[in-house]
Amino acid sequence: MTSATAAASAATKSWPHDIYEVLKQFNVRQVPYVPDGGHAELISLIHADPQMRGISLTTEEEGIALLAGTALGGDRGVLLMQSSGVGNCINMLSLIKTCRIPFLTLVTMRGEYGEFNPWQVPMGSKVQACFELMDVQVLRARTPEEVRPTVAAGAAMALNGNTPTAVLLSQQLVGAKVFVK
Amino acid sequence: MPKSNRLERRKVVARLVRDRKELVVVTSLGSPTYDLADAGDHERNFYLWGAMGGAGVIGLGLAIAKPEIPVMVVVGDGEMLMGMGNFATIALQAPKNLTIVVLDNELYGETGSQTSHTSAGADLGTIASGSGIKNVLRVNTQAEVEELAVRVNSVGDGPTVAIVKIAAGDDKRVLPSRDGVWLKTRVQASLGTLPA
Repeated sequence: MTSATAAASAATKSWPHDIYEVLKQFNVRQVPYVPDGGHAELISLIHADPQMRGISLTTEEEGIALLAGTALGGDRGVLLMQSSGVGNCINMLSLIKTCRIPFLTLVTMRGEYGEFNPWQVPMGSKVQACFELMDVQVLRARTPEEVRPTVAAGAAMALNGNTPTAVLLSQQLVGAKVFVK
Repeated sequence: MPKSNRLERRKVVARLVRDRKELVVVTSLGSPTYDLADAGDHERNFYLWGAMGGAGVIGLGLAIAKPEIPVMVVVGDGEMLMGMGNFATIALQAPKNLTIVVLDNELYGETGSQTSHTSAGADLGTIASGSGIKNVLRVNTQAEVEELAVRVNSVGDGPTVAIVKIAAGDDKRVLPSRDGVWLKTRVQASLGTLPA
């Protein structure tokens, strides 16, 4: 790649790529996830990186428990999920609080801006409240430009400051899922 | 096997940790935590008092971070029934240094000894195999406990799930620390993984 094309590619990097770079910068190694369309590009980048370990879960609360083990063993980790998984995590968040486990999660939002599927709305609309009930700080990114600084702020709080933090990636950013008959 | 001939949980756990060197042990809430405390406190014991359904994957995160250290997770049948997905998640990562020991008395002993699903045919060994776990052992005799003790203290042939059918029993509660931050920090100090 010439320096001109490298510069052009840097200028057009996607927000998932920005997240990937922040995770690298913070030396994140284990990335448990329940897949979501909004996280697909990031998950691919993680699996392609030999320094990182993408860990597919059967349910989101497994990721919380896994991160406790990650911390015991001295690795850094970040949990990826979509908004409907947040409710699954409530009781397991006790582990984060009781053992003071470093906790950062990046949540792609459904059930808010332009949502076609009403079944996503009850949980999606309560995501922030659920996290706050369990004393997880909530940050939000609404535009592609906001993603890098917001994820970096969340990572600094969670991984350097040990303040449990969730970054919500708004549906304006992810886009409403298009259902085609 | 008739229930009267079953292994005793306290003796099994005590034997598994008797010759420990590098081993880290995670126990699920309730009896497994008391069993491990009864075998003797240790800086590499991580006792759970909650987080039901998460014990196996706590072991997984640790096993991935420290592949050279053997990790054993001791759970009851109730814990493992709640966290059955753990088997599939562990199988996919295939850590060579992780063993899950299921002490199966077919009861929810902590809450009044209600019968669990394993009393009526749910077979956690078959569920583990069907989830892709490479080694599933059935441990019913003292000789098999001896073999398991070697395996849990070594690295290289995991992941393993051992199903140990145990007597119902009524062991005295032995209560270790409930201070999660202290327990975490103690393990990290022992492993040299305290955050800078």
